[in-house]
Amino acid sequence: MGMFDPLKGFGVTFSTMFKKVVTEEYPEVKKIPAPRFHGKHQLNRHPDGLEKCVGCELCAWACPADAIFVEGADNTTELRYSPGERYGADYQINYLRCIGCGLCIEACPTRALTMTNVYETADDNRQDLIFTKEDLVAPLLPGMEQPPHPMRLGDDEQDYYVQGPRLAREQGVPEDETVETGPEEAR
Amino acid sequence: MGLEESLPNGILLANVEKLVNWTRKTSMWPATFGLACCAIEMMTVGGSRYDVARFGMERFSASPRQADLMIVAGRVTNKMAPVLRQIYDQMPEPRWVLAMGVCASSGGMFNNYAVVQGVDHVVPVDMYLPGCPPRPEMLLDAILKLHAKVMDEPINAKRAQLQAERGDRTELEASSEKYAPAGRGQRKRAERQQQAQRREMGAEGRLGAPGIESAGKNDSPGEDTADGRQSGTGHELGAGR
Repeated sequence: MGMFDPLKGFGVTFSTMFKKVVTEEYPEVKKIPAPRFHGKHQLNRHPDGLEKCVGCELCAWACPADAIFVEGADNTTELRYSPGERYGADYQINYLRCIGCGLCIEACPTRALTMTNVYETADDNRQDLIFTKEDLVAPLLPGMEQPPHPMRLGDDEQDYYVQGPRLAREQGVPEDETVETGPEEAR
Repeated sequence: MGLEESLPNGILLANVEKLVNWTRKTSMWPATFGLACCAIEMMTVGGSRYDVARFGMERFSASPRQADLMIVAGRVTNKMAPVLRQIYDQMPEPRWVLAMGVCASSGGMFNNYAVVQGVDHVVPVDMYLPGCPPRPEMLLDAILKLHAKVMDEPINAKRAQLQAERGDRTELEASSEKYAPAGRGQRKRAERQQQAQRREMGAEGRLGAPGIESAGKNDSPGEDTADGRQSGTGHELGAGR
């Protein structure tokens, strides 16, 4: 116990006034989470606006909390929502069950389902926290067209998957948007 | 309060209602009801980095009789449910409940015989906060949305009836949009801070571009543009924004 110890204590308090403030100013300054943050889901589109989801229900099977409900339906020549045979007619994610583990993203074979950085999802009733397809599907970027419409970028779905990145560039979709197709899709 | 209940109809209470609601929302003490991992995030919110005291929650009340808001953080088991109800009953009116995390809101991934499937089976819930666990910002967002709801609460039965007839429902806006800085200087300051956060997260420049894979091995930046694939992996994983 030195004589000046009480003063030293005040010294710590005083010097803190000149240090950087650690407190985040959350509501005014929106916090940017990590790029791979597991936030709200998104159902992506092909560069011409057709949906990537093929209604295979693998995400629902992978989900450990049973938060996802998918109902597929057949595409017809008049009503085409995705390249290929089937599309996700009904798609629901219950955010009161979803634990954000990302297993659905890993399970998705067409990379239709990805996660965004949106995290402000609190609500005051359970009904509104079951997100349906309208809430989840990606917005239409320039050059995209609201489905149903015929396949614009190829004769069959293989053209979409194999040449996905090139088609996206030709269509003028910005680089950092979600239509980017992974190399795992191009067999 | 009590006085406003006995006043005859026709006495104007709109401004009193606003004042009372404002006092309630600006000094809303939370009761800790930490049950699992969400409680860790709740404690973080009380710490200096997130500092819930900015919103009038100076102290997490360990005694229910001095608390206004019960933050149920974590999974509620059937054995804990009566305790939860008792704590709720001991809180003075007006009181609010915030179900924090998916387990408190709906049982989450624990769909089994031991866990209550949503704390709203036991107590009325005012705000559901999904996430497993929700990050501190999400809890702050839920608290601010609850504040918006408190501001719209009617002061007596007559006004409650009027509100029910009008069918009013509080618009729940995302907090970062509702409290977005208005002035140009403040906006610039916010952007500067967000840029620092991006740097901290390793996502500066193009969103998610320098991923973990590309940071080490991709030394020459010119190679990126020449190659048609454009550093596909690191880029694409962060592409969801």
